[in-house]
Amino acid sequence: MVAVSSWGRLGQFEHQVHRLSDRLSVANQLQRDRYGLAFGMGRSYGDVCLNPGGVLWKTTGLDRFISFDENSGKLLCEAGVLLRDIQRLCLPRGWMLAVVPGTQYVTVGGAIANDIHGKNHHKAGSFGDHVLQFTLARTDGSLMQYRPADAMFAATVGGLGLTGVITEVELQLQRVPGPWLAVETLAYRNLTEFFDLADSSEADWEHTVSWVDCLSGEGRGIFMRANSVDAGKDQPRSGRSIKVPFVPPVSLVNQWSLRPFNSLYFHQKKSQRASVQHYETFFHPLDNVLEWNRIYGPRGFFQYQCVLPRSVGKEATQAILRRIARSGTGSFLAVLKTFGERESKGLLSFAMPGVTLALDFPNQGAPTLQLLSALDAIVREAKGRLYPAKDARMPVDLFESGYPRLKEFLTHRDSGISSAMSRRLMGN
Amino acid sequence: MSRPRIVIIGATSAIAEQCARLWVRAAVDIVLIGRDLVRVSRVAADLRVRSPHSSVTAHEVNFFNPASITTLAQKLAVEKAIDIVLIAHGNLPDQKECEQDITQAREALEVNGVSPVLFAEAFAQQMEPVGRGTIAVIGSVAGDRGRKTNYVYGAAKGLVERYVQGMQHRFAHSKINVVLIKPGPTATPMTAHLPQRGMASAEAVASRIIAAIDAGTPVAYVPAKWAIIMMVIRHLPRAIFNKLNI
Repeated sequence: MVAVSSWGRLGQFEHQVHRLSDRLSVANQLQRDRYGLAFGMGRSYGDVCLNPGGVLWKTTGLDRFISFDENSGKLLCEAGVLLRDIQRLCLPRGWMLAVVPGTQYVTVGGAIANDIHGKNHHKAGSFGDHVLQFTLARTDGSLMQYRPADAMFAATVGGLGLTGVITEVELQLQRVPGPWLAVETLAYRNLTEFFDLADSSEADWEHTVSWVDCLSGEGRGIFMRANSVDAGKDQPRSGRSIKVPFVPPVSLVNQWSLRPFNSLYFHQKKSQRASVQHYETFFHPLDNVLEWNRIYGPRGFFQYQCVLPRSVGKEATQAILRRIARSGTGSFLAVLKTFGERESKGLLSFAMPGVTLALDFPNQGAPTLQLLSALDAIVREAKGRLYPAKDARMPVDLFESGYPRLKEFLTHRDSGISSAMSRRLMGN
Repeated sequence: MSRPRIVIIGATSAIAEQCARLWVRAAVDIVLIGRDLVRVSRVAADLRVRSPHSSVTAHEVNFFNPASITTLAQKLAVEKAIDIVLIAHGNLPDQKECEQDITQAREALEVNGVSPVLFAEAFAQQMEPVGRGTIAVIGSVAGDRGRKTNYVYGAAKGLVERYVQGMQHRFAHSKINVVLIKPGPTATPMTAHLPQRGMASAEAVASRIIAAIDAGTPVAYVPAKWAIIMMVIRHLPRAIFNKLNI
């Protein structure tokens, strides 16, 4: 047995870890183990990737490329390949992943299972929109290929790993002129300004995102928008990274550090304008701080990410921010972004038209859970939903109301696969 | 300069595969050899995607048949002089099962000890007339001193060490380098059932192996800390050693 924790570090749980490395024997391994769950890089925050007391099938050994067509941008690879490795392989040949999340240290299989999104959702949708086909191993020993028209495809995209273990994936990459982005940075003083900026940027900017000061109440922040450019430079970005060397005894993000930090960041950034940035700096700023999740101390942290329908988006976001400001907790890492007017492919995909807010909260036990419940009430009333990839505690009713296609999804589950999250939210 | 020719025996092993990925960052002519062509071909396909400018070929061979090994080494050397051969195959037997069933013990000794040195000898035959090249063999820290928990594996790796030592003596005055790599516990499918704490990653081990091959280091412990740990273990007086549960 091996102790495994997810990115939120809320606990360490004993698992039997079985490493997969031969893609053709995965179905047999699943059948032998019968009860288990796929585990990639463990970058989801809560319990979606955990199966305490049971088997985890570690997929990072399934990390081979199979073929890449430089003319069409179609890449076939095993499901444990990291997004980072795809970018590094394909960028010099003029292609990039169409959708990337905040970290590139995730596997392709994990990106599909959580149907992750990026800063270009309004243009490109979510990860599942660029999957041409995949091969799925199930605990009945079967190994089958699925394409977007198949029901199992929609169940597996965003399916939280509960429909089987993905072994192979074909992706459609996107043509890019190079690794550089022209970035504009604009300060906003309140949510009205945020939505104006977001709406006016959608047509002409591929990527939009914002940092929001979670203690400001009014919702001031820094809006960033970017387009790929041919910067004509090809010098590699310095690959220096730092590491949080140990877990501090208390969270470094606390009531004394947060307010000055947010204020400083806002005032420093508000005068910035245009710059050219490397994609890793723009998309994955935290990837250079190895093990940054340690800063929240030994008790770990919750990430809370919701999406709220556009019709009530502004009011609900305002209510959430005011509630957080009143609590005085939260984190420097708070992101506010609009999603485009498009539905996702997956039955349980998170992204939907509206506005999404994501913030970290150091785990302080009961007070933190109370605050999150108060936020739940706002999300529930707004008919929004929470992101399972980030969740460790949402109530069942909020999950069920947020994901109306859950019943349909359940018919596609693999009965030999179960996670802490599925037991918590689906009963088994 | 033309692309260097690199031959990897046991190319589907995790450490060998990581070495190959590092080598193909430059354009190389790489030959992958394994026991199962389907699995070797999978590694070959991956390397071709990573390095379209490299030549990657895959071969299957019986690891225990001296005639097949000699024929393959000859064929590869005739095609093009070999610059590097990395001999990386092996598996970790269950010590207890080997004690109860000496058939398993024999198999473990053959695959971890006899087979690697047969390959080393066969490729040495081809390199000797050319007068240059590097033969790198993966041994193990387990070969440094017999321990009750894995002496079957340790004995096989000890055989490899002594054999390689002899070859180093033989080629001391030539441009043929013989390199013995001794990895400590490495996180690979071979060790997946063991606690992973303190294990080096296959990627990290691979980059040290390539550095040792480039430098022609006769004996390279990877990670380097194992040189010190094993020096202590080799020199522990028997009375103390026998009390240790290792």
